[in-house]
Amino acid sequence: MKTLLQRNIRDRIMESLLVLSTIVVLLPLIIILVHVVVNGISALNWDFFTQELGSPSRALQGRPTGLVHTILGTLVVDFLALFLAVPIGFGAGIMLSEFPDHKLNPTLRVMNDTLNGMPAILKGLLAFVLIVKPMGTFSGLAGAVALAFVMIPIIARTTESALMSIPWSIREAGLAIGLPRWRVVLSTVMPAARFGLVTGTLIAFARAAGEAAPLLFTSFGNNYLPNHWLGMLLGPVDTLPQRLYSLAISPYSHWHSMGWAAAIVLLVFVIVCFGTARYLTRQKH
Amino acid sequence: MMNLIQSITSKVPSLPLFATSESRQASGAAEAGTSTGISGTSGTPGKEKAGKQLRMETRDLTVRYGSTVGVKNVSLPIYDNQVLALIGPSGCGKTTYLRALNRMHDLTRGASVTGSVLLDGKNIYDSEVNPVIIRRRIGMVFQKPTPFPTMSIYDNVVAGLKLVGIRKRSVLDVVCERALKQAALFDEVKDRLKSPGSSLSGGQQQRLSIARALAVGPEVLLMDEPTSSLDPQSTSRIEDLIHELKNQVTIVIVTHNMQQAARVSDNTAFFYVGDLIEYGPTSTLFTKPKETRTEEYITGRFG
Repeated sequence: MKTLLQRNIRDRIMESLLVLSTIVVLLPLIIILVHVVVNGISALNWDFFTQELGSPSRALQGRPTGLVHTILGTLVVDFLALFLAVPIGFGAGIMLSEFPDHKLNPTLRVMNDTLNGMPAILKGLLAFVLIVKPMGTFSGLAGAVALAFVMIPIIARTTESALMSIPWSIREAGLAIGLPRWRVVLSTVMPAARFGLVTGTLIAFARAAGEAAPLLFTSFGNNYLPNHWLGMLLGPVDTLPQRLYSLAISPYSHWHSMGWAAAIVLLVFVIVCFGTARYLTRQKH
Repeated sequence: MMNLIQSITSKVPSLPLFATSESRQASGAAEAGTSTGISGTSGTPGKEKAGKQLRMETRDLTVRYGSTVGVKNVSLPIYDNQVLALIGPSGCGKTTYLRALNRMHDLTRGASVTGSVLLDGKNIYDSEVNPVIIRRRIGMVFQKPTPFPTMSIYDNVVAGLKLVGIRKRSVLDVVCERALKQAALFDEVKDRLKSPGSSLSGGQQQRLSIARALAVGPEVLLMDEPTSSLDPQSTSRIEDLIHELKNQVTIVIVTHNMQQAARVSDNTAFFYVGDLIEYGPTSTLFTKPKETRTEEYITGRFG
């Protein structure tokens, strides 16, 4: 029989271990945030948000240069990807959760997991074959399709688990007042699962927004703003992760700090999305 | 008032919203003319209220879960405007039987139903019958209260109408108030219809579930141990409710509580391990049971 003091000491030790492991989890995140901000903050100025990048000589000659075309391109490509992926991902998730006995479901599950595990660069290749080849040009549309392939399996999986967490009794209650199956899912189960649905979609969005590989040979990159807004969809377009990569491997120190600044923007973009969604889902309750 | 009834019933021919026996006949007749109801609804009850009218009937109803049999060859009459209580020990098939009456087994994995369930003389398991229509005519209240978690009290009550496209505010308001009054909940919630259904107490949530079931105007109401998770006060309110409702709807109630069965029902069926052991008027079954197993159960010797 241990004394009370010994048990209290044990309790304290366990508590400090838990705190320590939390710190270990958070540490890499803090290091990345600090490092990125310290290196990139100097390049974040008005020009960064209003000017195009142009050729390297622009920066060398001290003319204004920035990443406005990259930021706009990222918004267009990412949100188009989201627009493509959400209906398909939700559909697959509903199928997996609400019709567990359907004969296509085992296949769907295996294929969804395979797609999820497939390297992102192969999804870029797929979009290249599907969109870039027939169109004959790199395009924002191809980039969005590639990113949609990144999002779909994640959304499908999170949708499935979010819907599964809603008790079966809610569905029966809906059916018992004479609602058709699809209406029960749409109006009672999905609203009840909205927090999980939004969170899952955001995880998928954040994952895809940070992917550079699928965009390398789909949206390709562009140093200039397209002349017409449709150029964002139908021609090569810049995106933050891929621009970050090409700035980082460039030989110009000015471009290096712009790369860090691009990283800040990307991080803020993702954090703002998360924040907004969390705020929205809390409000309703 | 009559105009309103007509405007509602003409809008929603498949919903007998005003469930007095006269208007039910009227709307039942209207229903026979539409394609949404069961085609050829024939069992129009006679004009006299005196005799017992058959509303539903099961014939050799058997429910299997995979290879296990839940309910075996049960044939029972269910009379119009009467309360039928299903009693028996746990796992004896009462709930299984009840769920077969509005095709809730359609969605249970591995469940299969054989035999027939007649509603107004027509088998609800016929291939051309739409289970959604059946469930609008035969409502159900579950053991645990199940308010839709994201909806207000108001939206919960009118969910069965609103979600099938009836959005006219004046109609919904009338239906909501009437259903809440029928469920004896209106006075408690009339000032906070917009607050979430999940904010109510357990007993109120159960009455909300009943109001929601009544709002679509069912002809039959199935209740699966509706008071098992409630305190005595809420229980007695719901029992009072059953007494009031049986003038308007036919009720089948599953209960573990034999006093409850004796208090609320006109007829009682005793189930044991999937078999229907005995069926009869409640007064007879509880005082002069024919079967020894029934007697043993109701005197508390087992179960």
